[in-house]
Amino acid sequence: MNSTNNELKRAAKPYMNPYIGGVLLGLVLLSAFFIAGEGLGASGAFKNAISFCVSPFTKGTDGSFFGNTYKSLMEDHSKWWIVIEVLGVLIGGFLSGAFSGRLKLKVEHSPKITAKRRLIFALLGGIFFGFGSQFGRGCTSGAALSGMASFSVAGFLTMMFIFGTGYAVAYIFRKNWI
Amino acid sequence: MTAPLSVGIENFENLNLLLALFIGIGFGFVLEQSGFSSSRKLAGVFYGYDMTVMKVFFTAAITAMIGLLFFSLFGWIDLDLIYVNNTFLYSAITGGVLMGIGFILGGFCPGTSICAVAIGKIDAMIFVVGIIIGVALFGFGFPLWEGLYKAEPMGPLKLSDFIGISDGLFLFLLIIIAMGMFYGAEWIEKKFPRDEY
Repeated sequence: MNSTNNELKRAAKPYMNPYIGGVLLGLVLLSAFFIAGEGLGASGAFKNAISFCVSPFTKGTDGSFFGNTYKSLMEDHSKWWIVIEVLGVLIGGFLSGAFSGRLKLKVEHSPKITAKRRLIFALLGGIFFGFGSQFGRGCTSGAALSGMASFSVAGFLTMMFIFGTGYAVAYIFRKNWI
Repeated sequence: MTAPLSVGIENFENLNLLLALFIGIGFGFVLEQSGFSSSRKLAGVFYGYDMTVMKVFFTAAITAMIGLLFFSLFGWIDLDLIYVNNTFLYSAITGGVLMGIGFILGGFCPGTSICAVAIGKIDAMIFVVGIIIGVALFGFGFPLWEGLYKAEPMGPLKLSDFIGISDGLFLFLLIIIAMGMFYGAEWIEKKFPRDEY
């Protein structure tokens, strides 16, 4: 068992130094500001894509949340920016995984919990994050990281409450991770 | 020519969308290389066994901020044209709290989950299904929380302006705080047993 684990570890290249990773991520973020005038994002792509998928029902004119999103998506092509960027994240992540030997279909979980439990919590976490990202007008990348980088009060607030709440409830859910 | 290029160059629309793909590729590549495709590595920041998230996050923010201020100083970019997120006080706090809970439960945030989907993490695929459900719930139930969503609008307020100091001084103070946090992070990691994922 141990030797298999070691072999697996040897197969994948180690992760990048976090400070170098941070500088590179900062340069990607800076180039987004330089080119598009705004930062990176992720949750906005979900909102836009969903509004597009439900548009046969909203018809883009009914004044609903997704109706309004769809309307602005049709009127202003730059709203597609974040959707295309997120497709890029998928490609970039895949290239990096291929480059470092980490492409593998698996459920990653602590050895103390079952894969089923991990998946149930992943679904719940996604629901909370997706729902919360709309209140935050962006998630960790769009609101917290890009917001902070543009000195926005909202960016700092959202960042502090994401991590603050995480620390506040970490003890309750510790069994899932440690 | 002044940046942002989307404003400074004519007929830049289509090229801007093409460049979005390359910026996304860079974003995804760096996230994955930093280990953000692993929920156990990401969650480490909340339990002290792996502080990578904090180090990468703050180094990235500071790097971009230094870049923006120097680009502005050299006259390469017009900071007035840079999008500053609008602040809606209660909505931002509510969102942060819900996302914090989502982070602990799911071990990902939306950007990192997409990155993890790309390398085959099934838990990330389920997390993405959750995001879609969560965003859809918010959108379809919007009239119920529209009041909270739009309460206390403060506009595109900058924290430096709010405190009443220059962007440069603000960034300088932030860098000092971040240095302290990095020092603390290195110390904390030594206290908790760590595994590589």
